[in-house]
Amino acid sequence: MKPKASWKRSLRLGLAVLAGMIVYAYGFQVTQVSLDKTREPRRQESFVRILRALAHPDIFEYEKEEFIVQAPIYVPCQDNMEPLEVKENEPYMTITPPCANPEEVVQVEGFNFEPNTQGPLNFIPPSGVTLQLTRITTDEHGRFTASVKLPKRQPVEGAQHIRVITRRNIGTPHLSENGLETWRKIVETVFLALLATTFGTILAIPISFFAARNIMKDVKSPLSSIALSVIAWPAGILLGVVVAQRISQVTYLLTQNMPVNIAGLVVAPLVSWRMTRWAIPQADEALPSTAKRIARMLALGIAALCGILSVYLFTNVAVRVGNSLAEPLGPFGFLGVFVANLGDILNTILTAILALIGGGLVSGWMGRLGQSMTARLSKASLLWANVVLGALAGAILTSLIGLSINWLYEFGEPVEVLWLPSLLGALGGIVLVLRTKNKEAVPIGLSIYYVVRTVLNALRSIEAFIMAIIFVVLVSTGPFAGVLALSLHTVAALAKLYSEQVESILPGPLEAINATGATRMQTIVYAVIPQIIPPYISFTMYRWDINVRMSTIIGFAGGGGIGLLLQQNINLLNYRAASAQMLAITIVVALMDYISSALRERVV
Amino acid sequence: MLSIRNLTKIYEGGVLALDNVSFDVPDGQFLAVIGLSGSGKSTLLRCINRLIEPTKGQILWNDIDITAASQDELRRIRRRIGMVFQHFNLVYRSSVLTNVLAGRLGYVNPLWSALHRFPKEDIEKAYQQLERVGIADKADYRADELSGGQQQRVGIARAMMQNPEIILADEPVASLDPVLAHSIMQYLEQINKEEEVMVICSLHFLDLVHRYADRVVALNEGKKVFDGLPQEIDDVKFKEIYGKEAERVG
Repeated sequence: MKPKASWKRSLRLGLAVLAGMIVYAYGFQVTQVSLDKTREPRRQESFVRILRALAHPDIFEYEKEEFIVQAPIYVPCQDNMEPLEVKENEPYMTITPPCANPEEVVQVEGFNFEPNTQGPLNFIPPSGVTLQLTRITTDEHGRFTASVKLPKRQPVEGAQHIRVITRRNIGTPHLSENGLETWRKIVETVFLALLATTFGTILAIPISFFAARNIMKDVKSPLSSIALSVIAWPAGILLGVVVAQRISQVTYLLTQNMPVNIAGLVVAPLVSWRMTRWAIPQADEALPSTAKRIARMLALGIAALCGILSVYLFTNVAVRVGNSLAEPLGPFGFLGVFVANLGDILNTILTAILALIGGGLVSGWMGRLGQSMTARLSKASLLWANVVLGALAGAILTSLIGLSINWLYEFGEPVEVLWLPSLLGALGGIVLVLRTKNKEAVPIGLSIYYVVRTVLNALRSIEAFIMAIIFVVLVSTGPFAGVLALSLHTVAALAKLYSEQVESILPGPLEAINATGATRMQTIVYAVIPQIIPPYISFTMYRWDINVRMSTIIGFAGGGGIGLLLQQNINLLNYRAASAQMLAITIVVALMDYISSALRERVV
Repeated sequence: MLSIRNLTKIYEGGVLALDNVSFDVPDGQFLAVIGLSGSGKSTLLRCINRLIEPTKGQILWNDIDITAASQDELRRIRRRIGMVFQHFNLVYRSSVLTNVLAGRLGYVNPLWSALHRFPKEDIEKAYQQLERVGIADKADYRADELSGGQQQRVGIARAMMQNPEIILADEPVASLDPVLAHSIMQYLEQINKEEEVMVICSLHFLDLVHRYADRVVALNEGKKVFDGLPQEIDDVKFKEIYGKEAERVG
């Protein structure tokens, strides 16, 4: 029995080796592995030349001093030839013989030159053009000898000249133009990475909670609550936008007058803070009375309006102060520009933020309404309410999707992009309502979790390089496009890493905080956040490190940073300059790696 | 009065953790729950404040149906039920004071507490509670710098911050040595006797049960197999609770 088995095994092994050979043979064919090209002398020469150029990065240079030495030569020999003047302490050349016919070979010898320098040896006819005959290299005594063949030219009356130009380094080395440019661009690269990491982190932190299974799996809500929330979102967003626009108008009136503006900036936050303090007591032992609740609601509304107003006023002041400071601050003018830009950005995104807050608030209220509705209504009436709400919510959801698809593809067919999806959505909503048990809480958290995960994975699979190509169209070439592209990629990558950290926290403290009667938000603040701070810091630093590396490449797509310079120099075959940039990247990446690991060790 | 009626819990996957358990606990009683590991003690305690949702049955507390409470109502119920855990379940990277203050989360406004702002009275109360368990000097330490016994005292202080009417203690001394175990049990006893807080405590060691409990409920494979005074557990009852091969130790 045994020999037979062993024979079979050998056969199988042989077949496996054969199969492996075939796989790798095909691999060689596909990837064109071949040494033929490398044997061509032309390629070897270029290869060596490039390697040597790369080994001499163009970073530093010397000021040069030029020495020009010339000696007369007569072509052909003539009667009144002047003898060569020789000064003992200065460089001079002798030519033997001192006269010759065209295309004859003469011997040129140089003395008292700078030792170990190089330079061209030229023939200068009376017209003054330069005909290079050869290059000379002086020895350690400052001498050289060269045999040169005189050019084929018409005979000339009088002296012509042989001229040697040598250069000498003087003074200390300083940054070359390329070195300076490399320095500027590598600084730009590091800051590009810093900004991208910062923006990415700020967005990734809240998203990571939605992408964490252990947080989201307990988020359950009855259907009527979910349906009301879905219906409320667009309404809330609309409300937010309207409020933002109105307050923006009021702000415009106030800001016509600087003292009023500043007074508003002092009064509005104060009112907002006082109202908030009054409306949200630190402890709520008992349920407040209805009148008190309404009063508190009103106070909160005023507080919110005043708060928004003060932010608008602040952005306005920031833009003005920043712009007026930019000039007088001189070299620190960028600080003024920074303040002005910050104000401008805040002002621009405030509408979006308010729309989101409005949507969140209104949908939150409606969700609570749905919850109490589920608790109070009888089963039959709840079913009817749910059918109506479910149909409406489904219709809104799908018609919004339809409209956004239409925006992208410009179909322009109202039946297909609006009414048909609405109908399908409504039907889907009704089916969902009928299929769920009455009053049962639906695991909406898990649905959100899967949606967020899918979006993050899709975003992560798009290289930052490709994102840069798109952002270049929006904000034109330059580092800002790179910042946006890297930020987006950072959000996707960090949110995933962060969420995995949230998933791996200890469940015990979570349980304990839950047991005290804490709300979901309190649980996150007191049980989750303290546990995730060290890994978050560590991942953020790691990401900065990655972003520095990525931002060296993102310039290839016009995203700023050192990549653009590198690509230009490679395209111009300027390998010595490109070498300087590669060296800079290597040093920065190595430094970042070292610094981030040192910091990580200290924090974690 | 807390009454547990026909409580059943079947976990996903079909494990029967509690099987039709019913009993009443009068206010101010020190009730010990005993049984082997996996007999359903922890599940029973966690069903009372609905950290685990029961599958069937009711839990009534002074005529409020805990099992039917909405999320908001549940929050108001939970804040009056303190809980102490076997592994302390402190937030290790937070300070001792923050861990104790977390006991007030059910009372304070969510918005302010999210910014780590607590009313002055609560902070004073936190120091008082730490004083009471003898570790007021450790208030600013990080929780993981404390020893096991000290950590459990922080756990008790946190539960007491809730002004609880019930304390659920899930094997509070199982990860502590015998000397520490007694000191922790004495704190629970003191809370029970002086402030008339109902304590429901799951325990492993019978000597602790004899020493501290007013009454014992025993579980075996999710079923209630004994309900009576600690002194009534004789050798026959013991074998019913812990199985035929079990022998008394200590």
